[in-house]
Amino acid sequence: MTLFSPQLAARFDALVARYPLRRSALVPMLLYAQDEIGYLSDAVIAEVAERIGITELDVRNVATYYSMLRFKPAGKYNIQVCTNISCMLRGGYEVYERFQDELGIGHKGVTADGLFSLEEVECIGACCWAPAIQVNYDFHDELSAASVPGILAGYRDKAAANDASSNAKPEGKAPHA
Amino acid sequence: MPRLVSHPDEVKIVTRRFGQGAANIDRYIELGGYTSAKKCLEQGPEWIIDEMKASSLRGRGGAGFPTGLKWSFVPKQSAKPKYVLVNGDESEPGTCKDHLIFLHDPHSVIEGTIIAGLAIGSKLGFIYLRGEYRYLIEIMEKAVADAYAKGYLGKNIFGSDTEFQVIVQSGAGAYEVGEESALMESLEGKRGVPRIKPPFPAVVGLYGGPTVINNAETIATVPHVIEMGAAAYAAVGSPRNGGTRLFGLSGHIANPGVYELPMGYNLKKMIYEVGGGIRGGRKLKAVVPGGSSTPVLLPEEIDIGMDFDQVGKAGSMLGSGGVVVLDDQTCIVEFALRTISFYQHESCGWCIPCREGTDWLKKSLTRFHAGFGVAKDIDNIQYLAENMMGRTFCPLGDAAAMPTLGFVKKFRKEFEDHLNGNPCPFAKHVEVAVV
Repeated sequence: MTLFSPQLAARFDALVARYPLRRSALVPMLLYAQDEIGYLSDAVIAEVAERIGITELDVRNVATYYSMLRFKPAGKYNIQVCTNISCMLRGGYEVYERFQDELGIGHKGVTADGLFSLEEVECIGACCWAPAIQVNYDFHDELSAASVPGILAGYRDKAAANDASSNAKPEGKAPHA
Repeated sequence: MPRLVSHPDEVKIVTRRFGQGAANIDRYIELGGYTSAKKCLEQGPEWIIDEMKASSLRGRGGAGFPTGLKWSFVPKQSAKPKYVLVNGDESEPGTCKDHLIFLHDPHSVIEGTIIAGLAIGSKLGFIYLRGEYRYLIEIMEKAVADAYAKGYLGKNIFGSDTEFQVIVQSGAGAYEVGEESALMESLEGKRGVPRIKPPFPAVVGLYGGPTVINNAETIATVPHVIEMGAAAYAAVGSPRNGGTRLFGLSGHIANPGVYELPMGYNLKKMIYEVGGGIRGGRKLKAVVPGGSSTPVLLPEEIDIGMDFDQVGKAGSMLGSGGVVVLDDQTCIVEFALRTISFYQHESCGWCIPCREGTDWLKKSLTRFHAGFGVAKDIDNIQYLAENMMGRTFCPLGDAAAMPTLGFVKKFRKEFEDHLNGNPCPFAKHVEVAVV
């Protein structure tokens, strides 16, 4: 029984074959597994441990170090607002506060419909285009508090379009289990 | 899509192919790509290292260690395989230069990695990008696959007997992994906790083998040094500081962006001419010259050349080249608090002075900024920071202490203004935490 899709399993097999040491695949594989399954559940951790050939405790020990890895589901669209110095100086906190107001959730909160989650994050490497955020892996830069409703509307539309198409053809992928 | 900027004073060497579609391998070749790697393959390791030494190229990650010298430390004979590691874990607040390199010129990173591999006799290189840079990881992976397809990577690179393989690796969120030994731990599938040095990576590095680890900008610069010739490259910069640097202007600057300027370029000119001065016509209050870990400079201290030696002489560091500009409406206590909050969040917790020091500094500054500070706190903050310096495995403890010391020493008056229940004259953002 596997939680990995055939694509993820194939990616894993290709990756481990290339390293001098099998467990070098651990950190990226945890992230890729999270992308597919939504978060690092006990079952995901068990499967990664077995595939790498190390203990679950060892996997947990490593996984808890990395800030992008999570052990609870996030929203379908995880909004990460940078408030570090370069963003702060150009209104990063105003952007963050506007997201809180619009969504009614705070740091690491998830909306009731599971569509959005919110996080205040450290520098995301977009300092010269501040303030900046990431929604999942997509960057949005040179923002202001006024750009927030438009960004949310865009993702709501995207989700609605996805739902419409997945009714016709199941996607087979639940990013927020 | 990050906006590209331009200024007449720029000397475009590393950024020469930006915005020209060079992520496509054929376009990269059309623009002169992969000729340096071929040349290095013909010339051999000693020639490469001599060229790198003569170019006076220094590490762009922040420490400014001479690249040629670093490569020369790797033993010629080794029982264990040697490795090249490219550090693209770019996470120092104020720094986004590697972001643009991966986006616009991924093959220059691959070509530089090949050259580093040839110089030290390695068959395997890793290009490690922070996990947040997923779209850039995809660009790098595509570029690596294209380079394999052309035979530039693999068992017989450029049709020779030499082997060189490249793996693109994703991180998963950790500033600390940008430290060289922590990055090796992460690549070995562990927590990114630093190793004690010595032994240095050049002798015992990744998987216990001799390892060269360079910042992504340094590696992307290497093919250009070979192409231009070491002497021509060195001549662009200032003495012992060869070439150009990607400076990221951010904060309260009128025209923020990444500008490629010669090493030694005047900081005042960089802010007022290249960056267009302070946003909204305000007055300059302070400059953080090389990423959040570098001590702050006052307006009267910025008439200096931006190279490792001159900024060092001015009491700060060139660091990662991230120039953060603060206007006269900025609360220094709040800025210091946001800076230390970052280091407190990122401390891996391995060394007690860093783990406890960053935590107590954050607590003290939070209380202080909220108006509950006492006069003694100012000295305590300084005392704490001084006692973190040099007492940790890796430089994260120093990176947290150095800017804090700068803020307290240079803006003591502003700290005092927050005493006696006086409300902060500027700030509104940082929430009052119960300490």
